[in-house]
Parts: sequence; structure tokens; C-alpha cells
Amino acid sequence: MMSSRENGVQMADKKIGHITAINGNMIEVAFEDSVIQNEVGYVLINDERLKSEVIKITNNTAFMQVYEITKGLKVGDKVEFTGELLSVKLGPGILSQVYDGLQNPLPALAEAHGFFLPRGVVLDPIDTKKKWHFTPTAKVGDTVYKGSPLGAVPEGIFQHKIMVPFDLEGEYTVVSVAKEGDYDLVETIGVIKDTKGEEIKVTMTFDWPVKIPITAYNEKKIPTEPMVTKIRIVDTFFPICKGGTYCIPGPFGAGKTVLQQLTSRYADVDIVIIAACGERAGEVVETLREFPELIDPKTGRSLMERTIIICNTSSMPVAAREASVYTATTLGEYYRQMGLDVLILADSTSRWAQAMRELSGRLEEIPGEEAFPAYLESRIAEFYERAGYVELPDGSHGSLTIGGTVSPAGGNFEEPVTQATLKVVGAFHGLSRARSDARKYPAIDPIESWTKYKGIIPIEQVREAHKVLRRGNEVHQMMMVVGEEGTSVNDFVFYLKGEYLDSVYLQQDGFDPEDAVSNPERQQYMFKKIHTILYTEFAFDTKPEARHFFNELRQMTLDWNYIKMGTDEFAAQEKKINTHIQSKTKA
Amino acid sequence: MKKVYNKILSIVGNVISVNAPGVSNEELAEVKTRRGTSLAKVIKIDKDLVSLQVFAGSRGISTDDEVRFLGSPMKVSFSDNMLGRIFNGSGNPRDNGPALNENLIEIAGPSVNPSKRIIPNRMIRTNIPMIDVFNSLVVSQKLPIFSVSGEPYNELLARIAMQAEVDMIILGGIGLKFDEYMYFRDELEKGGALSRSIFFMHTASDPVVEGLMVPDLCLAVAEQFALKGKDVLVLLTDMTNFADAMKEIAITMEQVPSNRGYPGDLYSQLASRYEKAVDFEGAGSVTILAATTMPGDDVTHPVPDNTGYITEGQFYLRNGRIEPFGSLSRLKQQVNKDTRDDHRAIMDGMIQLYAQYLETEEKRSMGFRMSDWDTKLLKYGGLFEKQMMDLSVNVSLEDALDSGWNILSECFNPDETGFRSNLIEKYWPKS
Repeated sequence: MMSSRENGVQMADKKIGHITAINGNMIEVAFEDSVIQNEVGYVLINDERLKSEVIKITNNTAFMQVYEITKGLKVGDKVEFTGELLSVKLGPGILSQVYDGLQNPLPALAEAHGFFLPRGVVLDPIDTKKKWHFTPTAKVGDTVYKGSPLGAVPEGIFQHKIMVPFDLEGEYTVVSVAKEGDYDLVETIGVIKDTKGEEIKVTMTFDWPVKIPITAYNEKKIPTEPMVTKIRIVDTFFPICKGGTYCIPGPFGAGKTVLQQLTSRYADVDIVIIAACGERAGEVVETLREFPELIDPKTGRSLMERTIIICNTSSMPVAAREASVYTATTLGEYYRQMGLDVLILADSTSRWAQAMRELSGRLEEIPGEEAFPAYLESRIAEFYERAGYVELPDGSHGSLTIGGTVSPAGGNFEEPVTQATLKVVGAFHGLSRARSDARKYPAIDPIESWTKYKGIIPIEQVREAHKVLRRGNEVHQMMMVVGEEGTSVNDFVFYLKGEYLDSVYLQQDGFDPEDAVSNPERQQYMFKKIHTILYTEFAFDTKPEARHFFNELRQMTLDWNYIKMGTDEFAAQEKKINTHIQSKTKA
Repeated sequence: MKKVYNKILSIVGNVISVNAPGVSNEELAEVKTRRGTSLAKVIKIDKDLVSLQVFAGSRGISTDDEVRFLGSPMKVSFSDNMLGRIFNGSGNPRDNGPALNENLIEIAGPSVNPSKRIIPNRMIRTNIPMIDVFNSLVVSQKLPIFSVSGEPYNELLARIAMQAEVDMIILGGIGLKFDEYMYFRDELEKGGALSRSIFFMHTASDPVVEGLMVPDLCLAVAEQFALKGKDVLVLLTDMTNFADAMKEIAITMEQVPSNRGYPGDLYSQLASRYEKAVDFEGAGSVTILAATTMPGDDVTHPVPDNTGYITEGQFYLRNGRIEPFGSLSRLKQQVNKDTRDDHRAIMDGMIQLYAQYLETEEKRSMGFRMSDWDTKLLKYGGLFEKQMMDLSVNVSLEDALDSGWNILSECFNPDETGFRSNLIEKYWPKS
């Protein structure tokens, strides 16, 4: 017997409930027979359908959060339950899209409804009529499991695998696969049957509930391969690995978003998903307008082709903000299943946590610290745990890396969201107000930050460089009390070495085309040179002499940073630096 | 059909509740008391029990007073007739003009689709050097003025209102002192800007809750004018009062407070107002400048802190001057590349020298001996404060840049300033 997966839902009559109470974006709904925790319902008001989600059930009342403004709702208004959890649509056509937190395509909404976001309008997340060129890879009679590819379609620069839906548990046999050719998303491209002989039609698209991780892989492995961002302080000192997690907390104006934007451009991954969660719309606009014009140096194609933007800015409904983070993660996990390296940049997880707090308050739950709900930590942990480096059934690997910014109240890292995040991430890039005020870019604090991952530079050398930095910092602190006079020449040189490392290596000139992007070969080469300098013993008689020497050295090295590697000029400048160093090296 | 009820079940703070079936969320009602009629808004519905926030406050409300539901959420009239008029926090006339009832629009409407926004690229000139030169204001920017009580932030707003190159000004006062309100009116009248202004004024003597509507009223009207192609500047003062009014209602409604008593949704509430700032492609724009007083001069207080995360920079107003440090216009780089080729150099160079001056000033006050360089810096700092930072300075951007070069040449040799040689050749005053 044939059964279509889509028809299964429609067979049952739609269950209906009625609103009994309204409090902000939360409604209470009386229902007759049964509802499912976290199922989606639609409030029917005039011809609008307001998406909502069941978040608590007591007696015969379902508490639902509404993903839209609740203005105008009345007690007695109808709510239609769907029996489905909050889901996203997966399939070819997601790349280069701009979605809101519920996977509504924003450009299509703008085309249909103009300047403003209409309430209660749901559009197809992916164009179901578009034809894709399908090439089968599975053969009739093959044994397949959830996540096994039946074929692939080209999506931009990638081979988008058409896989057996992830909710089909167990073993299946391929009954038929479509021939190579152009198909749209609703056409059947394969039929598989389970062990009992029931046949299931497979199309190029299926739904997946956002709050449930996709686990159609063999195993999760420890992330070991560095994810190069081309930002020196990150790659050398506080590296991130593919499949790892990291967070960027910082006060406002310290450059969190700028750092995220640069990472989204230069990070060495296949796909970048930007989750603009509760932040300014203006920041998304820059990405939106500039990415289509920027060329990805790796592929020679527009950056937008490898980017997905999930955009639920601060003035858009709060409940959808909570969902947007999960939407982004699910899309990321989907592409990871194809053996791709995916990076999610969530800006900002504090806004997401605040959305949880608002909801928790309306549910009248007992509040934890700063009124955040008691389950804040576990939710944050769950989210970051969806990252990972996985081995897929065919033996290939895919990764999902998550980087989240945190906006701590008052810039104080002692608050609950920062603390809960630090417990679960693999790297911490703390931004400091002092560094950003001093216009030191990137403002990642080299003393406070840490990482658990290995990078592109041998760890011992990094530690040694870090030691100089710490020692230099200590001397600097001391000098603020006793003055330069009370410091020995030896200590003073430590301070100068620390300052030198900071200004020529940790800082990067974002406006210079060469210096803004530092590839791994260059970092390794340069770091070696600088490491040598840090551990060279110099012969200085006086402090002014030492300062003069390092000022000159700094200027030479900065100039070196601006020169393209491998050119004659580059070699000449290096020679100049070497001569300068030798002039004062202790015999 | 209008529903009328005259049994008020509870009166707590400025929130009343009545048993009223069939009322919709955020619907407006009129409460008739012996003292007059006040508007009220539905903020919570539990079965038939409806909670309303009464704009005029609950003082003097009797349990048998009449509550009449109007069947629609808060609306405001929108027309050219509003220009030059003054309204209160409920949208009723505060001057002696007629009430406006035509062409009603809903307030707090949907937010703008991010994909319809454009990258802001037009500068608003204010003729205040600390803004134009160092932190340019850009069309569609949202920017707070962080200050403390007693600082002339309202004077600054009034000056910007009169001098900014915009089509019209909408001024929203929240908890404003009566004399500040009069000051605004008189200044704008004197400057001839009244005829292109609209006031929504809630003064400190008005009921606190009435101030809650002011930002929404201002921004709804501004948005409509912007859609008609006008560049609108919205001035809000003081947003801390707005946040405090929200706090009051939240506490009355027994919401769990998050930080210093403010409700957990403070960020979202502020953001939904500030995000109304927009540049419409093919139409006009809304720019928002908002005074935010920092209680105890503490920038980590929840109101300035949340504001800072929402807005595109901030101006610090301290000791009657816009502070060069901390003040930031995040959008300035979108516009200051096209003004004059020395703009960015002057912007960075003069601030760096001023920072050195402050260090020297510190050394001087500690009694250290002053070197030649220190003396030069001291002279520079004095001139910079007088000719650039002083709020009374009123010159165009180009004149301000020229004046910058003059200050530099009066104090330093060209090679001491660290400016690029080609700029020095072009702009250094020849004696």
C-alpha cells in the first residue's frame, strides 16, 4: 500500500481550541481532547493565522506563546492545532536565503507586502516549483537508512545531497529512484520500502522539528581540525576547531558584531549561517546588501551563495526570536549531513536568553538569578552541544561550529548568561572595553581569553609568547605604581616585548587589504619570526635606548604587515628587520 | 457596538480590572470619573476579567465609575494639520486648537522588513562641530544622549531641532518639567521651527502612565510622514522616565522584575521603539535622538545599558560638552568619506592629540615639570575645548575643519601632528 507522508497529517480532523486568557505574547487555550507539548497551533483572527506553540499544559488548558503581536485577540477566538512540532523545511534552495526566525523568506514577504512585516502571513520557505537537476546515486535494491543519499542536485557551488528523511528509523530498501533529470520539490524522486514492505515516497524536501537535534550520523568526534578565521589573535592564540564552540562576550561598542561580520566573510568553512537574534536591523542590512557583491576568494563566487541569514531583529516578535536560534541550528545540522563544514554565528545569545526570560515570567515560574529561568543553563548547554564534528554513514566528515556573542548587562561577565555559556564552550574570546577604547582592534583581551582547542601554531610556542605577554602586562601594572624610574632595564624590556607582540601581531588593521586577512602560512611564518625576537636577549644600557629600538622595530614590522607575502619587497623588509635585531643582540 | 460596564472590581496602582466579555487585547477604553474622562488600555485578559492601565492614573476612580470600551486599539490622527500643534500623552490637544479626528492611524504598528532597509548614507548637518566633525549624525540613525540631571541636554536637543537639515521635527516629552516644556516651545517658536514641528508633551505633573504612549504616538506619526517622503527627526526626552513608567506598571501587575526592578522585557520594549528609525527606499526617513539620563551617572544602569546595545552609538553630555571619548556614531563612516578629504584625518588626529593633552593635564595637576611638548599640548587643549567642544560654537562642517587646521597650526609644527603630508600641504594654513 502506498502512503504519502504529507497526507498522514491531513487524515485526522483539525483539533480546535478557544482562547481563555491573554497576557502579552502568551495565551491560554482551552481544548477538548488532546494536545502535544510543543505542538504548533494557529490563532485564527479575521483572515490572519498567527503561529503559536504550546509550552505548558495544565488540566484542559494549553499555554501557548504566540509568534506574532497579540493585539486585537479576544477571549473565545479559535485556535487550530496542527499536531506538528515547530519545524523548518529542508531541501535545496535554502542557501543565500534571508529568513525570519520561523523560516519565512523576508525578501519574498517584502515583494508581496511592501515595507512592513505583515502579521499572520506564512510563505513557502523554499520555492517548491523551482526545478533542480537531479542525479541519482542510489540503485534499486540498495539498503538505506535515515540520512542515506539517494542522489544529489547542484546548489550553487555545492552538491546538495537528497537524503532519506531523518525521521525514518530503521532499514529501508530502495524500490525505485528517479532518472537523471529536472524535478521540482514536490515530485517523487524515489520510493523506499521498510522491512514490512510498506512503501514510502521520498521528495527532495521534508520537515524537521527545530528543537530536536539531527543525529543521522555514526558518531561525534573530538574537534581537532582548526577552523581558520584569518584573524591572528584567534588563529594563533585562541583557535577554534571545526565542530567546536566559542563565545564572544563584550560590552556594547566593543566590536562584537564587527568581529562576527569579518568571521562570516573570511572563515575557512563551506557554509556560514548568520543568526541575527534580537539585534539591530541595521547590522543585518549591511550583510544583506554587501554580501551579494563580495566575492569569496576561495570559490570566486558571490559570498551570498554560501550564506544563510536568519534575521529576527530586536523589534520583531520576541517568541520568534527564541525560535530563530533553533532554526539556524537545524539548517546547519542539515548541511552538515552532506559532509560540509558549517559555521553558525549567533548574535546575540543574550537576546535569546532574554526571550526565554520574558516567557518564563509570563508563565509565572519561580525565577533564578536576575529573573532568568532555572533552566537557562541547560538550554544554553543544549544549544552549544548541537555543534560537533561528526562521522557520517558513508565515512566522510561534516562539522557544525557555533560561535555566539553574549551581551552582558553593564559589560559585567559575572552575569548568568555569560557564566552559563562559559561552562559549555570550548573557547572564550572576551572583548575588553579598555582595548576597544584604545582603538586596539580586535578588542579580544589576550590575558583573559582562553581556548581548549589546538591551532595552527605549536602549542608550546604559543604558551611561550603568552608568557611574555603576561610578564609584560605585570611590569606595566607595576610601572603604573612605581613609575618608569623604579623599573629595571630587564623588566622594562619585557614590557616592551609584550607591547611589541600586541601591536604588530595581536592587532590587525581591518582597513588594509593585506593586513586585514592573514592566512595560516603567513601567520606561521610571521609568528616564528616574532617568537624568535621575543626570546632574543638584547644588550641595552638604558631604557630610552631600548624604547627607541623597539619603536623602530615596531614600525618596520608594521610596514612588513602591509606587504604581500612572497614578494621581493617582503623579503627586503624582512632583511631590514633581521639587521635591526642583530644590531642589538647580546653576543 | 460599544460596551459599557460600571462595576470596577479592583483598583491597584494605575491598573483597574472589570468583568467584560468579548474585549480584545490592547483595546482602548474610556473611564468616566467625576474628575473627567481618561483613556485606558487593556493589558491583560483572563477569561472575562480584563485589566486596564488607566492613563490619567487611578486616583479618584470610584468602583461604580463607567468603563466604556471603544472597540479598537489606540489610534492617532495623522494629517498636515498637526504641524505646529501640541498634544498630550493621550494624543489630545494641549494647546487651544481643535481636536483632530480625521485619518486615524494605529500606533505601535508592525516593524519594517529588514530586507527593505537600505544602508544609511546621508549625513544630517547640525553645525555643532562635536557632532558634524567627530561623530556625524546620519539619516535614519537612532542615537541617545547619555547625560545626568542638570546637564543641558534639552538645550542641546532644541538646538539640534532648529539647526538640523530635516523636513520636520516631532518632539516627544516624557515626564518633562513644565518650564522645560515651555523652553522647547519658546525656542522653536523663536527659531521659526514651530511650523514644521509637532509636540507630544507629557509633563512631570501629568499621570505617569500617560507618558508611556508618547514614544509610540511620535513614532507612528513620524513613520507616516516618512512614507510620504519627509525626512523626520524625532526627539524624545527623557527615555529614562519612559522606562520608569514601564517599571511602575510591571510591578503593579506583579511581574517578576529582572534588574533593579525593571521588567524583563525592557530591552525588547526599548528596541521596538528605537527600531522605528528607518530610511525608506524611495520615500522619507525617521531619525531618532533621545535623551537618556543616567541615574547616578552610571552607564551600567539598566536603562542606559540596554539603550546602548540597541542604538547606533551614543553622545555623552558631561559638563555642558559632548565628550570626545565614549561618544560614538556607529554610522559616521558611511558618510564622512564623502564630505572633505581631510575630514577623517581631522577627526582622528585631533582626538588623539586631545587624549595626549588630557594626560599632560593630569601630569600638570600632579605637579610634574612641563616640557616644551607639554606646553604645546596645554595650549592645544585649551583651544580645542573653546573652539570645538563648547556647545555655543555654531559653524558649518567645512568651517569647523578649517578651524581645526588653524588650532593645529597655532600650537604645533606640521611634523608634530602625525598627519599625512599631502593633507598638510593642502590644508596647513600658510602664514
